[in-house]
Amino acid sequence: MSDDWADLVSAGLLLLAAVLSLAAGIGLLRFPDALSRMHAATKPQILGMVAALAALVLSSGSWTTLLVVLPILALHLLTTPMAAHMLGRAGYRVGHLRDDLLVRDELEDDIQRAQRAGENPRGRRPGRGR
Amino acid sequence: MTLVDILHLIAGVLFAGAAFLVLLRILRGPSIIDRMVSSDVLVTLVMLALIADMVANHHTRSIPLVLALAGTAVLGAIAVARYVSKHDRRSDGERGALQHAPRGRD
Repeated sequence: MSDDWADLVSAGLLLLAAVLSLAAGIGLLRFPDALSRMHAATKPQILGMVAALAALVLSSGSWTTLLVVLPILALHLLTTPMAAHMLGRAGYRVGHLRDDLLVRDELEDDIQRAQRAGENPRGRRPGRGR
Repeated sequence: MTLVDILHLIAGVLFAGAAFLVLLRILRGPSIIDRMVSSDVLVTLVMLALIADMVANHHTRSIPLVLALAGTAVLGAIAVARYVSKHDRRSDGERGALQHAPRGRD
């Protein structure tokens, strides 16, 4: 009986992962620029993966599986933000974003301040702005 | 067909639909960044599908494959992001291009 229960819960978790994946697919298609699409992409990558791995541990029902699944989860949680960071940085630099959708662009301010400081070296002294 | 089987079937159909939509975005672009983000999602979908197969068929044989994918999926994105250059700005003249002027910076 407890086996049935574990199977049902793991099927539900798989379904959650699948729904998140579908949401990511729809978001990737419908969102307007690269940075918004990255937002949609992260949903199955983190929560979906956690749900699916939990489903695997539940359905296999052994602690050995948990021992193998934990490194998978750790690797995935460590490397996914790295990739997203690099892609977002490259996307911002190349300009694949829509200015009119941004509420506030703090990096733009910082870049302009850095450029002004580069043109006028005396402006780089501490005490001027932050 | 039990309830669990039906749930697995629905999950499989949803995974397939998601993979189709992600492939569509890879095809349409318009920029290399969009394609790389979508490829990352596609790798994640492959991992999720492997896990779903293990759950549905009650085995654990594909775990090394999932582990290898989790470790190496990041390399492609980082390599591409490293070499995205300013020349790629001009490449969004294709269909579905951004409807704004490129930012006049650096």
